[in-house]
Amino acid sequence: MDRMDGGDAAQVTRALGGDQDAFRALVERHGRRLFRLAYRMTGNENDAEDVVQETFLRAYRRLDRFESRANFGTWLYRIGVNCSLDMMRKRKTESSQRVQASGDDPEASDPLDNVVSTDPAPDRMMLSAEVKEKVQEAMKALSPVERTAFVLRHFEGHSIEEIGKSLGLGAGATKNSVFRAVQKLRRQLEPLVSTGE
Amino acid sequence: MKHLSEQELVEYRYADAADRAEAALHLHECAECRAAYERLERVLAAVDALPVAEPSADYEAQLWRKLAPQLADRKRGFDWSAWREWLAPRRLVPIGAMAALILGAFLAGRYLHRPDQGPNVAVNNAQPAPQQVRERILLVAVGDHLDRAQTVLLEISNAETDGTGKEAKRGEVDISQEQQRAESLLAANRIYRQTAEHSGDNTVANVLDELEPVLMDIVHSPSKVSGPELAELQKRIEAQGLLLKVRVLDSSVRDKTRTPAPQPGTRGL
Repeated sequence: MDRMDGGDAAQVTRALGGDQDAFRALVERHGRRLFRLAYRMTGNENDAEDVVQETFLRAYRRLDRFESRANFGTWLYRIGVNCSLDMMRKRKTESSQRVQASGDDPEASDPLDNVVSTDPAPDRMMLSAEVKEKVQEAMKALSPVERTAFVLRHFEGHSIEEIGKSLGLGAGATKNSVFRAVQKLRRQLEPLVSTGE
Repeated sequence: MKHLSEQELVEYRYADAADRAEAALHLHECAECRAAYERLERVLAAVDALPVAEPSADYEAQLWRKLAPQLADRKRGFDWSAWREWLAPRRLVPIGAMAALILGAFLAGRYLHRPDQGPNVAVNNAQPAPQQVRERILLVAVGDHLDRAQTVLLEISNAETDGTGKEAKRGEVDISQEQQRAESLLAANRIYRQTAEHSGDNTVANVLDELEPVLMDIVHSPSKVSGPELAELQKRIEAQGLLLKVRVLDSSVRDKTRTPAPQPGTRGL
């Protein structure tokens, strides 16, 4: 996340005084980037929009708890991470309830999904849409904490320390969450992307 | 030649490895590890290729139109999101257990001492109020919880890697059993902490609040931790004096539960 410039601090002070236009300026400055983070984490456009709205509503309600010395962008981002985590947990629960109701095994999948393709490279290129679908599935299969740690480390380039603070984890547990996420992605996707060397 | 583990490759990829130069040298020399690293890069490249939905050009204006009407209400309004979170299905099991506990306490308070009541007993002073019985049962539950938490913290604090010097760094400790116990304690801890906060018992709430991230840390650590990882967990427990705080609170809770309930005809606590 971009570091807060002087503008953020001034807008926060004005918003605390009841100036809604000042809060609007903060929404306009950070909304788009927050959306991208939420989309990466939830993997769904509608959920990402809901997360962004909820993030700004929570931030507005807690604005008086924001310390002016801190970085508004980082603070807002952490709220966004928590809202995304809540959304992912909610979706996981709904999904497992649906699976339980239908009597299916959540771990079961089409055995053909795991068959290593031996197709030559040109044919593989045609599978790119399938690969994208598999990548989405593999991302969905991560736990909320694993997915958050991975998105923040891989896409957002946050340090292990920063991610640990957002998730309330120590460095070892944070590193392990990133590792577990990559390990799961690798197991799911390596057969699809290997060039048959 | 010792090859790089999967975890070491991932840590190298994200520049999180403690000895990155050593790993780089190994990758330069070892074709097998280099191939594994290239496979990892291909997987991550596929993840990178996943398109990200781009919001429309007037996204900010649309977002503000949705937000603006809600701001005035939400500033002073009731925090429904907190309640939604409270009532999430994953919490219903411990909440159900807590509800059963409180119901049990209520019934115990209502019926347990009834046979002891004599016609001349001054009822106001005669038996513990249902509220006292509820508190006592909750204290017993919190005491048991603290006992179990103490055991997990002690096991982590006293764990040792097998070896010394370089060996100790490479040595691993299996904490999978402690992790399972920490995971079951985590859900209960949240409920007890919130209950303590609601009832204004700050001493209990504060200790449980400090305990929660440490339990979470244990749950999300690798099931086999290296020497430095174990030391980090131990340091976190030690730095906060958590074990002592849990022990003191446990002892105080136990004392309260041991205090005899007021007998019929005697004054209350």
